[in-house]
Amino acid sequence: MIDSTQMVKKVFTQKSGRVETNKGEVYYNTLFAKAKQRLKTLRAQEPLKDIDMMDIIDSEGINRRDFMKWVSATTATLMLPPMFAPLVAEATELMNRVPVIWIELQDCAGNSEALLRSSAPTVDDLLFDVLSLEFHETLQACAGFDADKQLEEAVEHFKGKYLLFVEGAIPMGMNGQYGTIGASGETFHEHLMRMSKDAAAVVAVGTCATFGGIPAAAPNPTGAVGVMDLVKGKPVVNIPACPANPANMVGVILHFVLTGQIPELDSLLRPKFAFGYRIHDNCERRAHFDAGEFVEEWGDEGAKNNFCLYKVGCKGPMTFNNCSIVRYNEGTNWPIGVGRGCIGCSEPDFWDKYAYERPMANAKIKAPTGGVEKTVDEFGLGLLTATAVGIGVHAVASIVAGKKSNEGEEK
Amino acid sequence: MAQKHLVIDPITRIEGHLRIEAIIDENNVVTDAYSSSTMFRGIEEILKGRDPRDCGLLAMRICGVCTGTHYQRSIEAVEHAFNITIPKNARLVRNLIQGALYLHDHIVHFYHLHALDWVDITEALKADPKATVAEAQKWASVSGHRPWNANEDVYAAVQERVTKYVKQGRLGIFGNAYWGSKGFKLTPEQNLIGLSHYLDALELQRDLAKMMAIFGGKNPHPQSFVVGGVTCVQDIKNPARIAEFKQILKRGQKFTKEAYLPDVYMAGTMYADEALEGIGGGIGNYMSYGDFRLDDTSFYESAKLFPSGIVKNRDLSKVFDIDQTKITEDVTHSWYEGATNLHPFDGVTKPNYTGFGKKEDNVAYLDTTKKYSWIKSPLYNDERMEVGPLARMIVGVARGDERISKYVTTFLKNGNLPTKVLFSTVGRTAARAIETELMADVMMEWVDELASNVAHGDLSTWTEFNFDNVSKEAQGYGMAEAPRGGLGHWIKIKDGKVVNYQAVVPSTWNAAPRDYKGRMGAYESSLVGTKVANPDQPLEILRTVHSFDPCIACAVHIIDTNGKELGVYKVDPIGGTSRA
Repeated sequence: MIDSTQMVKKVFTQKSGRVETNKGEVYYNTLFAKAKQRLKTLRAQEPLKDIDMMDIIDSEGINRRDFMKWVSATTATLMLPPMFAPLVAEATELMNRVPVIWIELQDCAGNSEALLRSSAPTVDDLLFDVLSLEFHETLQACAGFDADKQLEEAVEHFKGKYLLFVEGAIPMGMNGQYGTIGASGETFHEHLMRMSKDAAAVVAVGTCATFGGIPAAAPNPTGAVGVMDLVKGKPVVNIPACPANPANMVGVILHFVLTGQIPELDSLLRPKFAFGYRIHDNCERRAHFDAGEFVEEWGDEGAKNNFCLYKVGCKGPMTFNNCSIVRYNEGTNWPIGVGRGCIGCSEPDFWDKYAYERPMANAKIKAPTGGVEKTVDEFGLGLLTATAVGIGVHAVASIVAGKKSNEGEEK
Repeated sequence: MAQKHLVIDPITRIEGHLRIEAIIDENNVVTDAYSSSTMFRGIEEILKGRDPRDCGLLAMRICGVCTGTHYQRSIEAVEHAFNITIPKNARLVRNLIQGALYLHDHIVHFYHLHALDWVDITEALKADPKATVAEAQKWASVSGHRPWNANEDVYAAVQERVTKYVKQGRLGIFGNAYWGSKGFKLTPEQNLIGLSHYLDALELQRDLAKMMAIFGGKNPHPQSFVVGGVTCVQDIKNPARIAEFKQILKRGQKFTKEAYLPDVYMAGTMYADEALEGIGGGIGNYMSYGDFRLDDTSFYESAKLFPSGIVKNRDLSKVFDIDQTKITEDVTHSWYEGATNLHPFDGVTKPNYTGFGKKEDNVAYLDTTKKYSWIKSPLYNDERMEVGPLARMIVGVARGDERISKYVTTFLKNGNLPTKVLFSTVGRTAARAIETELMADVMMEWVDELASNVAHGDLSTWTEFNFDNVSKEAQGYGMAEAPRGGLGHWIKIKDGKVVNYQAVVPSTWNAAPRDYKGRMGAYESSLVGTKVANPDQPLEILRTVHSFDPCIACAVHIIDTNGKELGVYKVDPIGGTSRA
């Protein structure tokens, strides 16, 4: 269950994955022209719902200035320069031209719940006006055959045009029979393949749909896998985290509306606009890490002073996600804010690699040179004279030296 | 054909994957029903071999709706095993996060998962907004309140918005539903009130969830509980945080009193005939494990907001204490092998998926004479039980609990309803609303208690323990309540690792299939006798099943795919010490 030597070594020596945010004038000008053309085409399409964004904004009791503020924040979230703001505003209005079908497989409905917490646009707007949500089991009024019919009708009507959102893993053990849906007893696997066949793109929401998540945690009793392991020959976007942040769900749809394409993805098919950030790089407690000030035990003096949570198991240094910027529930709080630390929930296999109460540094591993198992801290100390190797060492060095240590290589 | 065999799969507006099959007679009355869960993950198996301190985070993922409850139960099981009593601040923070969950969950359940079984949206469009104001006033005044919305322009705007939505032709999640069914009994004005509150509650629930994020970091899946206490010391120290919490709570309390309860009075009155007939009544045995500690003695010694106990055969004059050793699990009709009617931790659990029975016209039917669900059938002292808000209220009243009795009696008195109305689908839904009001009120006291405790200089949030010493060999359980009913997590630890982990959850009790004697589970039993207005639109079946607030991902998780023995585990009665 505990990670392999190679994995730990990689984690502790990798450079920051911060993406290059500025792609240059030529790139943006081309994209701008393309997005403009795309929106023009969309507008010419028969609307699924005829909405007036300003009407909605008024009904929400907010004014145009607030809306534009949200638009510029969202433009920044999507890693686009300010010149795109008017296009993002327009895209919001045209969002319902892109129908969304949401299916649930081996899930806990956590991502559906997260969608219900969407604040911008607000959830009632999403359901009634902004989104064209054609099917969603947890909210669907009808059931049984009528629900099946509704789903099939939507797939048929929007052949090749809809975004398929998938929540939950797919159990492949026992011929997929750990999960069946519908009167015919179709397995989750068959259901996913049928629904994704005619989708414009498939969006896997949450860590179960992306990487298998909790059902796939060791020993993976049901042989659970993620969407990208099964759906081929079709764009797949992964929005991991447990649950995924609704801001990133809306972001992916907006991007699709804006460009007709899925956003730029990293090697794990995660949109770079959201997963190009390392939690640690934007953490509000980062200064304490650099100063070597750590919470050593829950509820200690360090905890009362917002010190760094690395030594009580925070996985911020190994985790890519924008939670340190967007936070959760309309920015109310986030796991590091609440003094617990990050469990690495947007990373593959995080249940087996990351999600434990002690730091990676305390994981017993064998040094690359062999010998007895040591913790990463001990392992790091041994190597310190040869080369600085990153976080584990950094944290230890801060303590050992009792003062602000040298900058680690991750900077 | 005299009989019809209905298959409803998927049951929507629930958590998880549930199938209901019902047999109806020539008068469209349900004579037989079968409840089956069709999804399975195996989380307990995944927990084995891990550090017990990490179990809470994994166990929480059993469910994204009652998120936080499994987290707390799991952590309490470990604390019980380690004999740790958490500090006062930690107890209050946990109570507040759980309380916020009840408030959020019950409101979302009533309006977004259940309301469309009572409210016909298309009828709401015919309502007169002015008459709607009068109607809203009428129901709010039942308990002496002003209505949540008394402005006819707001009702008119809701109509306008939905009319526009309907005219556009793409009904999305509201499409293909049972609109116009004779099973809907509300007037157009009443439907408009319901619809309007559906929208208001969508907005409100977003805020209510923030209460859990304030002290929990995020929702769903909060992250601030640890074995020994909580981590959110910064947030309880901050008066602005406490004030923010209280402000949201106040709004939730107001909505509960001005919209939720009046709507339940309204629906209860319009469906009173069915309620008095006992439609949806079910088993008639009610069990509550008890929850929400009110003092700082150890978990199983504290006074609780909800007392524990069992009421049998709807007889409120007797309450039985719970002796946990009397819980057994039966797998006669579940997709597992093994001897039947054993204590959950003395038994052997082997999967034995036998699939569906006959298949006709692309419909696969459950093989109901044999095995037909991933859910086991738990029994208490060889009897079937119902758990949930109704069970908590009934046990509370039977125990003579002052607070609970007051809320229940007031509700019945105001609504001019006899006690027996509780033993029905309407009663189950009403009990949830009564509990929501009680919870909102008591949470106000807890917030003040927390603020005052912190103001007096107590910043302790964690009880220290020596993990290496206490985790050599230990076992314990967290047995308390979730929004949907009694929830227990059991853990056995050796050399710092989990060697056995089990959870018996509310929907296991309620959604279970038949047992070895052929006795029905709570969903199944409650459906018998229900008349369906139109067999092609099984609205009445949905209404009763939804009244339990099904949470199926929770109900199914105990398995060992390799067919290994899950091991032997002895459980001591509640209140006893079960540490090895």
